[in-house]
Amino acid sequence: MSGLLPDIRIVRPSDVAAAIAAREQHPQSRFIAGGTDLLVNMRHGLIAPQSLIDISRIDELTTIEMGAAGLRVGSGVTVAALARHPAIARDYRAISQAANAIAGPGHRAMGTVGGNLCLDTRCLFYNQSEWWRQANGFCLKRDGEICHVAPQGKRCHAAFTGDLAPAFLALGAEVEIAGKQGRRRIPLGDIYVEDGLAHLAIAEDDLIVAVHLPPTAAASAYAKVRLRGAVDYPLAGVAVALGVRGDSVASIRIALTGTNSRPFVLGGTDALIGRPLSERSLQQIEQLVQKQARPMRTTIASAHYRRLAAAASARRITAALYAEQSG
Amino acid sequence: MPIESPQLERPQSQKRLLRLKLNGRWREDAVAENQLLVDYLRDVAALTGVKTGCDGGECGACTVLIDDEAVPSCITLAARCDGRAIETIEGLARQGRPTRLQRAFHEKLGAQCGFCTPGMIMAAEGLLRRNPHPTEADVRTALSGNLCRCTGYVKIIESVLVAAETAP
Repeated sequence: MSGLLPDIRIVRPSDVAAAIAAREQHPQSRFIAGGTDLLVNMRHGLIAPQSLIDISRIDELTTIEMGAAGLRVGSGVTVAALARHPAIARDYRAISQAANAIAGPGHRAMGTVGGNLCLDTRCLFYNQSEWWRQANGFCLKRDGEICHVAPQGKRCHAAFTGDLAPAFLALGAEVEIAGKQGRRRIPLGDIYVEDGLAHLAIAEDDLIVAVHLPPTAAASAYAKVRLRGAVDYPLAGVAVALGVRGDSVASIRIALTGTNSRPFVLGGTDALIGRPLSERSLQQIEQLVQKQARPMRTTIASAHYRRLAAAASARRITAALYAEQSG
Repeated sequence: MPIESPQLERPQSQKRLLRLKLNGRWREDAVAENQLLVDYLRDVAALTGVKTGCDGGECGACTVLIDDEAVPSCITLAARCDGRAIETIEGLARQGRPTRLQRAFHEKLGAQCGFCTPGMIMAAEGLLRRNPHPTEADVRTALSGNLCRCTGYVKIIESVLVAAETAP
């Protein structure tokens, strides 16, 4: 990597309100929880905050509550704690599977739910050391003017690669956000926009406090396509939540990551509800994924492969979830 | 060659008093807020068994235990470890006598060039404290964040399993 970290100041607020105030007080600051992605990006010269607001010791952020109203996961819960929670593994399996698929065990012990949901977008031409990027003339996302993935275009195509987001999206999550104007709850999908340069639609001093999931009768699963069995970011990731009544599909929601600049819920799957899941339904799912997934050459694997792999994964886990429930 | 970028007024990293328990002993040091744990351990505490491999959280050579949890020290800020218990490979042996896990690595040829070995052993140590009788799958998962460039994985996994089998 390229040398030392720049000079920084660490601020340690003891509660959420103090964290928001600190973020406002310190210009060019960032929240830090696990830091597994933030510190690497700082050393690559991709971001250069002057202060880090350490939110890792705020108690409110580190709890998991499960009750009749569903599940509430604090944003500071570590990925490892989420992965080994037995009730989540039972009732919200996609969440467990996604958590277990994130990076390596050391990263999971440090990284948090909020950090994974807000993960910066990634690209072959962006996640490199400063001298690498300089030798390549930098890129649209940082310090440069053109996107090496699509030089004719005007936008950045870096891909969102968080594993938890699709699992939470498929299960209908909402996020609780604390900001200057107090707290609000919005659907998780609303915090993302399709822009590799600025994929988060929340203010810089907004802090995700928790993720809420409604109780669910649907079975869910997450599948991740990557080069190696551990550590790697997804080339494509698919989460499916499928409810079955008798032999008919009662509810279906499919969400993707790794293919676009944001994680998103696949549109058009409502047409599959109310009838048994047939070979034709599975073909329709594959077509929907192939149409809506927009992988670009942001990884060393080809975009075409990632589109096909996303479609095949969606088909495979939907079929498995249906077989499991239709007895 | 440093890259020229617009000069920003940056705050100087302050030094902060860091108090932590290192290999069983409490100690205090003044550390800069931008110092990484791996650099603190190697350069300040002179524990050079902690290796810098990829230097970016991808290879696991710098793995240490923080409160019994195996984590990469190259993506951890030293200043954020205040009050915590840190253990490195140097903290395992007692009076020069290697632990069962270290002996297993020695006897089962779990080390080749040896560069990944301290990280491998600390990752395995973290696993065995949590789960003294792991399956092979458990071992593979626990070591999945540690790379061995000699590719001696089979012997490494065998070493950990042997250490677990011979545990009292």
